[in-house]
Amino acid sequence: MTDTSLSPSRSTNPFSGLMSGTVGPVLVVVLAILALWYVSAVALNAPFQRDIYKRAGQENVAFSQLVADTLYQERPVLPAPHQVLVEIWDTTVNKKITSKRSLLYHTGITLSSTLLGFLIGTTLGIVLAIGIVHSRVLDKSLMPWVISSQTIPILAIAPMIIVVLNAVGISGLLPKAMISTYLSFFPVTVGMVKGLRSPEVIHMDLMHTYSATRIQAFWKLRLPYAVPYLFTSMKIGMAASLVGAIVGELPTGAIAGLGARLLAGSYYGQTVQIWSALLMAAFLAGALVALIGVIEKRTLKRMGMA
Amino acid sequence: MTALASAKDTAMVENKQSASPNRVIDIENLSLTFETNDGPVHALSDIDLKIEEGDFVSFIGPSGCGKTTLLRVIADLEKPTAGSISVNGVSPEDARLNRAYGYVFQAAALYPWRTIAKNVALPLEIMGLSKAEQQERISRNMELVNLTGFEKKYPWQLSGGMQQRASIARALAVEPDLLLMDEPFGALDEIVRDHLNEQLLQLWAKTNKTVVFVTHSIPEAVFLSTKIVVLCPRPGRIYDVIESDLPRERSLDVRETPEFLKIAHRVREGLKAGHSYED
Repeated sequence: MTDTSLSPSRSTNPFSGLMSGTVGPVLVVVLAILALWYVSAVALNAPFQRDIYKRAGQENVAFSQLVADTLYQERPVLPAPHQVLVEIWDTTVNKKITSKRSLLYHTGITLSSTLLGFLIGTTLGIVLAIGIVHSRVLDKSLMPWVISSQTIPILAIAPMIIVVLNAVGISGLLPKAMISTYLSFFPVTVGMVKGLRSPEVIHMDLMHTYSATRIQAFWKLRLPYAVPYLFTSMKIGMAASLVGAIVGELPTGAIAGLGARLLAGSYYGQTVQIWSALLMAAFLAGALVALIGVIEKRTLKRMGMA
Repeated sequence: MTALASAKDTAMVENKQSASPNRVIDIENLSLTFETNDGPVHALSDIDLKIEEGDFVSFIGPSGCGKTTLLRVIADLEKPTAGSISVNGVSPEDARLNRAYGYVFQAAALYPWRTIAKNVALPLEIMGLSKAEQQERISRNMELVNLTGFEKKYPWQLSGGMQQRASIARALAVEPDLLLMDEPFGALDEIVRDHLNEQLLQLWAKTNKTVVFVTHSIPEAVFLSTKIVVLCPRPGRIYDVIESDLPRERSLDVRETPEFLKIAHRVREGLKAGHSYED
């Protein structure tokens, strides 16, 4: 009795502990999205379901029946989350990875061109940035092209790249990777230009008093300064690279890859397949960006900057 | 042939003796005008100044008087628009290329991704010294500024005063005869500043370097210097040059002596007079 009266009143809110960590808030957001998704699925699929009832001559169907039926349509306008999860489960765990029906097989194809494009794009971006930072002529002449390259819709230019490269005998992974490159070099260029220019005047002056060469100033000052910028722009570049790879798979006739799954799904009205491919793409992007985040943390820690 | 050589030798020796103490910095009629959108700004006008070897010279004046600009001209960080300047008998650019000076900035400007030892090593790496030589200079100069034991620490793990000491060690590691310091203790509190001033004097006595020191603190200038150059603004010019008759070895107590106060008074009068045309 005395104990309880002396101790401060504990919160009776059962969620107070849950919300203090990172798991709680994330869980709440996920649940909110799922709830919204289910409500939308029912609302969007209901008209078609009523149509079915009408044609079958069923009348006065209970609301609970309607809700249940909207969540189990074969080709719903908006598939319910569990339908998508079942489809993903079926096409990943229950299929051999070499099978063309395996989602992992298609994910692997998209992943390989994403990574190749990202690698080329990042390298290109860094090289361009180094040129732009060190040469006034390049700064004046290249930068406008770099920026205007991104104003062209990627959907318009992707088929051109595929067709042109095919015409000169390059096919397979590389043309798709080129589209990833096209999208991913831009954030890296812009980020690295900013990063390589970020050393303070006092640091540049210091290099000047040491009579350091431009190459020494680059390795010892500009590049280390640009590392945090590089990782940030690489995260954006990676996401863009994935988009590029998927877009690049569309005009090739949808043979393989997540893009192909999206296109095939829309040909045949397989909305569940589309959504499972979309979810897989989102998961892939998240994983890749998180991976860069881990490398960033380690690198900065080794450099003593984190 | 031998006679000629020996004659030349004696001539050189005589020359050295006659010019003794050696002139480190020689500035004549130097002006620097910045062209800005609002018209020309006369940062420096008709500067004449000679600094001998072993001098501790302070530039003092209000902000905008060009004291930092003058230091930057000596360091070849700014180019004068008129007049002549020589550092160690050559142009500032050649002096810089010869690594004739060490420069200490207002901020420590340590690289955050380098440990203190690695920061001190920075100019040595650029000079291309061997690892052993680098190591030797690092430990010697870190000891000189009382930072032994902090080699593996990162800058953010050190206090502001220690960071500035590390930046002094970095400047000293180049082993220059000339040390240029631009308000190195301006951002520190007075207690730390007093302490570092004392350490700097000891360092100066130990190494016998020539120091050019920019400050806007009268006690700091008087306490440290053998020669105080009072500058005044618009246009930046030298108003007064005061030769200090305080003993070379001094402790902080010297600030209570009448001689110190007399010099401080003259500096203050100079600063006031240089300002008098203003509102």
